[in-house]
Amino acid sequence: MEASTVLKLNGLAKRFGSILANDDVTIHLQKGEVLALLGENGAGKTTLMNMLFGHYLPDSGNIEIKSVNDDFVPLELGNPSAALTAGIGMVHQHFTLAENITAFENITLGAEPLFSLRRNQRKAEKKINNIMSNSGLEAPLDIPVGRLSVGERQRVEILKALYRDAHILVLDEPTAVLTPQEADALFSNLRRMTKQGLSVIFITHKMREVLSFSDRLVVLRHGKNVGSMETSNASEKKIARLMVGSETQKVFPKRITPGGPILSLNDISVAGRSKRDSLQNISLTLKSHEILGIAGISGNGQNVLADLISGLVLPDKGSILLKGVAIQNINPLNMIKLGFGRIPEDRHRQGIVGGLSVSENMVIERLDDPLIQNFGFLRSSVINDNAQTLSEKYDVRGPGIDQASRLLSGGNIQKLILARVFEQQPKIILANQPTRGLDMGAASDVQRHLIEARDRGGGVILISEDLDEILGLADRIVVMRDANLHDVNSSSREAIGLMMAGESV
Amino acid sequence: MIDILNILLTDSFWAASLRIATPLIFGVLGALICERSGTLNLGIEGIFVVGAMCGWMATWLGAGLWGGILVAFLCGAFFGLIHALLTVPLGLSQHVSGLGITLFATSVSYFTYRTALPDVSSPPRIEPFQPLDIPILSDLPFIGLVLFQQTALTWLALIMVLLVWYVLNRTNLGLAIKAVGDNPNSVDAQGLSVYAIRMWAIVIGSALMALGGAFLTMSAFDAFFFGMVNGRGWVCIALVIFASWRPGKALIGALLFGAFDALQVRLQTEMGALVPGQVFLMAPYVLSIAALVIAARSADYPRALLTPWYKGQR
Amino acid sequence: MIRIEPRAKVSNSSTIFIPIIAAIVSLLFAAIPIISAGANPLIAYVEMAKGVFGSVFAVSEMLTRATPLIFTGLAAAIAFRAKLWNIGAEGQLYLGAIAAVSVGSGFFDLPAIFLLPLIIVLGACAGAVGMVAPTYLKVRFGADEVVTTLLLNFIIIIFLQMLLEGPLQDPMGLGWPQSAPILDQGMFPPLIDRMRVHSGLILAVILAVIAHFMIKHSVWGFKLRAVGENSSAAKHAGININRSLFGVALLSGGLAGLAGVSEVAGLKGYLTADLSPGFGYAGIVVAMLAGLSPIGVLIASVFIASVFVGADSMSRAMGISSFLADLVVSVSLLCVLVGGFIAKFKIVRAGTGKKIL
Repeated sequence: MEASTVLKLNGLAKRFGSILANDDVTIHLQKGEVLALLGENGAGKTTLMNMLFGHYLPDSGNIEIKSVNDDFVPLELGNPSAALTAGIGMVHQHFTLAENITAFENITLGAEPLFSLRRNQRKAEKKINNIMSNSGLEAPLDIPVGRLSVGERQRVEILKALYRDAHILVLDEPTAVLTPQEADALFSNLRRMTKQGLSVIFITHKMREVLSFSDRLVVLRHGKNVGSMETSNASEKKIARLMVGSETQKVFPKRITPGGPILSLNDISVAGRSKRDSLQNISLTLKSHEILGIAGISGNGQNVLADLISGLVLPDKGSILLKGVAIQNINPLNMIKLGFGRIPEDRHRQGIVGGLSVSENMVIERLDDPLIQNFGFLRSSVINDNAQTLSEKYDVRGPGIDQASRLLSGGNIQKLILARVFEQQPKIILANQPTRGLDMGAASDVQRHLIEARDRGGGVILISEDLDEILGLADRIVVMRDANLHDVNSSSREAIGLMMAGESV
Repeated sequence: MIDILNILLTDSFWAASLRIATPLIFGVLGALICERSGTLNLGIEGIFVVGAMCGWMATWLGAGLWGGILVAFLCGAFFGLIHALLTVPLGLSQHVSGLGITLFATSVSYFTYRTALPDVSSPPRIEPFQPLDIPILSDLPFIGLVLFQQTALTWLALIMVLLVWYVLNRTNLGLAIKAVGDNPNSVDAQGLSVYAIRMWAIVIGSALMALGGAFLTMSAFDAFFFGMVNGRGWVCIALVIFASWRPGKALIGALLFGAFDALQVRLQTEMGALVPGQVFLMAPYVLSIAALVIAARSADYPRALLTPWYKGQR
Repeated sequence: MIRIEPRAKVSNSSTIFIPIIAAIVSLLFAAIPIISAGANPLIAYVEMAKGVFGSVFAVSEMLTRATPLIFTGLAAAIAFRAKLWNIGAEGQLYLGAIAAVSVGSGFFDLPAIFLLPLIIVLGACAGAVGMVAPTYLKVRFGADEVVTTLLLNFIIIIFLQMLLEGPLQDPMGLGWPQSAPILDQGMFPPLIDRMRVHSGLILAVILAVIAHFMIKHSVWGFKLRAVGENSSAAKHAGININRSLFGVALLSGGLAGLAGVSEVAGLKGYLTADLSPGFGYAGIVVAMLAGLSPIGVLIASVFIASVFVGADSMSRAMGISSFLADLVVSVSLLCVLVGGFIAKFKIVRAGTGKKIL
């Protein structure tokens, strides 16, 4: 085996402040294999790969890579340019593409010396076309990347790495933005390339992909390599045990029969600049005692739908009915007063004001409330008591309620938002990607609160790109695609996946 | 109306337009390079003052006209470097740093001028750049006066437009500048240095701005006065947005502005009795605001403008 | 290679120490231009200190200088808190002054208890008007308010020149471009006999204290801080961003307008086009040195005023150009910027992770 090893990560460690992101991680990569790197959010997968690619400098450990004459040479650390030269390519979860320039320009950027009088376009084009036909990855080259679809952008990212003659390719959560069918196509293309000698590391937390597409897997937990195995010997149970330390059981409580409709969207259209920010003739009914799951790949209009229900976007056509009565003033404040609880997708950007204290963030949605203010002046003792009580009740931990809320961890920020929202006993709850980026403990807290709200008689709209979450929690499922909602008749994973991809069932 | 038409048909009007546009061309190009790489440079107003003062003073001290231009270029680059250090590796507020550079550069220039020339009633003068006199071309009707009797600095400005356009659109360097202003991670992931590209862009951009200032004291006039830049830098910031960050449109914007300014001077002499002269003086600034509003929502703005980037934090 | 990492905790004392250190560094920096002008910096510093603290008169002069800086400093601090970049305090100052002389120089012949408040209110309103257009253009068209307010400064000064050669020109002024003087009962009463420091200072201090209290303890201040820190979260939480921005803009413009009122109705008596030696721009430096805190503005104004008055007096004594003051002020701004960086980030050696600063 040793003979075909192409890359060695030896004892890598990295600390961010008080958090040990990676602790003595050693991984060897074989030529032509697909290695899956698994772990929960925050287990240190991305940090590890960022060290490999030179974005981060390890605190200790080293990286060795096989050179042309078959001996191992150390890789210069903390230098992306050295990693590129050594043949390592990385496809980041957040694409590193400049949107104003074309795919062709993005691919060739930095591949030629900066200070030459002109670009050698012809030769580069030929090389890219070659790579495209060998790998099966096709993307339009001559329009600005800003106008490409997410799948196309990802292919451009991979082409970028291959253009620099990468023989080791690292993919960070490559399927997060793809439909199951697109993901399958990606993996079959990758398989084609590994046959030609490419080695692939892909980061994921989706078991299905690991089991179907990888040759070998490595599990990280709390920054440590806690086990590796051949995929042929692995099972979901085995992997889950490694990932969380003990076997997880997802138990979702049994369903209650939904009551009468409380919220209806009637033939609503919103004209955005593209399909990503539009809605086309959407109708939807939410009943009490119901969790309505909206499945779909992000960027199909979910965020406009969320903004609409949050009161941030006005419909160009159609109406929103609350218990049969059309809502007249659609704005965030009015929606809050009407009993909408909103858990935004981007908690840092939309959920909290990081510079304000935890206690201030807990009352930010009810500044009109006479309990909070007297003639326009804040009642700070009430505000602080409120924060104290809610922090205990919802287990919000941090440096203190009078400290800036940006100092909280992601999970605690989400709990702060839950406290703020659920304490008002909302009748309708909009939860947009509520567990994204949370560890399992915090995620199950969020899910528990959603179920409790449903059991109390509320209606919950759950937007999530995690199909497992939707299948586990929702009483009814619709699929969002191309700015439209589609009813689902079957609850099979495959059927929903096909609908997400746009095939008729 | 007939009056305006008559003015528009004279060659002297178009010659004046190009002359007035020259410092703006330098300034807009400089600001454009900075912003394309992702950094707003509000130091422009002060860098104009520095260019005007240093270029003039170097010439007055005997460096020669082109020596003066070189000194202005280097001084602009120096103040650009300060702005670059503060905003790129340190990632400080581009607004505040830029205003700080403007205050700093202006006060350094004024202090130096006052210290070198403590009490002079009338400022000393230099022999400025003379209009080119190209044998046949300068005698051509109309375009002879408009194009071929300008000073060498105007021609330098026009060449700079071509050069900046070529670099941005035809070279790898330009590609890197555009990419770093759009998404610095794209540049970092390809192994190029975000810091180096951004800092060089600011330094070179600032040096170009200083040439705009130098034109004022070394071509348009022959001496340095306090307050002579008079908001030209800010006008350039507005024009960059009007130009959607494109060199060609920047030239058009500067020329339109120059033409308008030249027109108002001429209208002032014809209609001065009817309207107070200040109305005409205000017009260029009002026009700049209008240009800003018209083009404010341009789609292809540099997406990383005003956003600092730190190495190793993504 | 060095690397920049955020500090785990930003110490609270840094907000106080950074501006002090920045002020000291900028004063020390002044030695370079002083030496290059051929003077002894130690003597120059002594002259400066004498010019500021050497006599009651000197202190009075300094406080007179500080008064408009408190107003423009507050104008900048409040606007910057909401991330509204109002760089137009210079123009708004003149608008306030125009309003003051328009009503104060004989248009209404009222007793002092009516006339002075009227001048103050109208001056503030005029300053506020100066922020209407930039804020509207920002909210409606997304036009950068930095550029619009900067350009408006020039427009307003030309407008002022037009007025001073036209309707506002003093008929008794021998053709000089200056306004008629404000009636005696329209002037701020002096604080000390035969000194120039006037009761505009009291107004400035009171407003600073009110601003401090409002920002910290009122719903309005809560909204302002929320909008400034994270406008999209504020919007999501039901705060009307545009209303908050307009409120802040009008207040900021009004405060800058009061700087003009206090200069013209407290000090000069009549209006000329060179009323302000850049108080509007210096106000930005004041606000930054103050860490955008209204109480800090009081202290920072005293510092900046001392630099100006001290440099003037040193200039008279030693023949060094008083542009030195502008130099020190601009350096202090750059220093406080860098100081803010050092408080938030640490610089470590990349290889070893060892802390350098």
